[in-house]
Amino acid sequence: MTRQERAAWGFVGPVLLITSLVFVLPVLLAMALAVTDYSIYAMAASDNVRFVGAANFTELLRTPLFWRALGNTFLFACLGVPMAIGASLFAALLLNDATVRWKPFWRVALFAPYVTSVVATAIVWRFVLNTRFGLLNYALSWVGVGPVDWLGDPRASIPAILLFVTWKIFGYNMIVFTAALSAVPVELMEAARLDGASRWERFRHVTLPAIGPTLLLAAVMSVAGFLQLFSEPYVMTMGGPAQSTVTVLYFMFDEGFKWWNLGQASAVALILFVLILALTTIQTRIGRRYEWL
Amino acid sequence: MAVRRRTLRAVALNAAVALLTAVTLLPLVWMVLVSFMPRYASSAFPPPFWPARWTGENYYELLVRRQFEGAWFDYKVVPAIWNSLGVAAVATLLGLLLTVPAGYAFAKLRFTGRERLLKLLLALLVVPGQVAMLPLFLLLREVGLVNSYAGVILPSLAGIFAILFVRQAALSIPDEMLDAARLDGASEGRIFVSIVLPLLAPITVTLALFIFLGSWNDFLWPLIVLSDAHRYTLPVAVAAIVREHAADGELMMAAAVVTTLPVLLLFLSLQRFYIGGLLGGSVKG
Repeated sequence: MTRQERAAWGFVGPVLLITSLVFVLPVLLAMALAVTDYSIYAMAASDNVRFVGAANFTELLRTPLFWRALGNTFLFACLGVPMAIGASLFAALLLNDATVRWKPFWRVALFAPYVTSVVATAIVWRFVLNTRFGLLNYALSWVGVGPVDWLGDPRASIPAILLFVTWKIFGYNMIVFTAALSAVPVELMEAARLDGASRWERFRHVTLPAIGPTLLLAAVMSVAGFLQLFSEPYVMTMGGPAQSTVTVLYFMFDEGFKWWNLGQASAVALILFVLILALTTIQTRIGRRYEWL
Repeated sequence: MAVRRRTLRAVALNAAVALLTAVTLLPLVWMVLVSFMPRYASSAFPPPFWPARWTGENYYELLVRRQFEGAWFDYKVVPAIWNSLGVAAVATLLGLLLTVPAGYAFAKLRFTGRERLLKLLLALLVVPGQVAMLPLFLLLREVGLVNSYAGVILPSLAGIFAILFVRQAALSIPDEMLDAARLDGASEGRIFVSIVLPLLAPITVTLALFIFLGSWNDFLWPLIVLSDAHRYTLPVAVAAIVREHAADGELMMAAAVVTTLPVLLLFLSLQRFYIGGLLGGSVKG
């Protein structure tokens, strides 16, 4: 081993060791845990653990709440990803315009919600969304929309939480898109304008291809993020009303740390992992086909 | 005409940005204003925006008296602030200590297996952290770290993202500089401390901010690991209070202010590094 190599292992060794202990090892153990009936009894005495094969998975498929959680999570992702990415892109395009002044100031202000704690801002949003005294219903009353029971009506609870999530996270991708937009070739834009391309055509054929890869990456990350939604429903609705905001992770948390069915909960975690992996793969495949990656 | 249309457009766009910002900041501003209202004043229609009478009684209840309508809070906020501060500070310090040298080594030092390890780290990035949570809890229980600060901090030290982040920045350090120092007989440790670290200082600040904010705001893992109410970090303590005092709007807003304001101020004072880190230095102005 050379001197440099010895030093390199000294530099990377500690973090690799900790990462394998607190991340790689647990992930491998999760796979083992998922095929056992590990429960609160096993925590008392380890000889209460039995190998059950795929029983956890078949049991899950027979659990209505698990399907409900899956459905809710997909609804969150299907509505939330376009909503969040749309808001980010809108803000980034607005900020990218040459006539807009004080850009650094707007950027910081719009980004601010992202750095706040979910728990704290969820409190604020519960008041914004309050049926009788909330700001949102007050604003809606100006345009003649009757009071909506945002967090009490099973049909309104998912949009309500998505409103909160979008508000909190759109600043992040806005910054990412700003960086991508600044790399759109100016000459190409100018040439398209001289050729008489409309504003929409310029967006569609110059801007969009240039930021395509960034957009796709943001979409992939957002899908993964929305599939892992937990804190927002936990703090705002506790999964309710009528279990309309129970997400997969919420289900896993309850199953694992409330009922201590750790085997079952591990199965849920693995299913979630496979889903995220599958969706990520599909999205990158589509991206490659259109030569965005 | 063309000139007038352009000015009109500029005015409209600037107004749109201002409006968007106002709507975005509204909940945060309202949070601060309501926290200074007398108890139950915000439960009115139309919702009051400006306190009719400014009062600090909510903060007094929350931070000093910790007693509300005769009943004691089970979850004390002031100790939770210190817990959060301590946990975030240690997590940041250890995180930097572990990942900055590693990121540099992955970028600039030659060692066998480097490329393969790098590929492995990239692949691990896809695995959601929740998969590891349940077994990790059992492992920590085995070694007696459940309900301890070490148990809260340890998982955050698996800094795969941080390593890759530092590596990206370290790639731009010229090899000639390092080789010259080597020819002068400097040890690798010496090179790291006196040449590499100063060059990586800005992104180290960025990374420190990422880790600190991440740790301060983390909710799920501390909620799982900590069972003792007086060891709660701030988000866990606040969430516990909310579950019991959800109706006391002004008090809850004060709790939200206490939780968000410190990190918001930290972010504002260091926003150049934070946003610069996200932009990757590609945008100026």
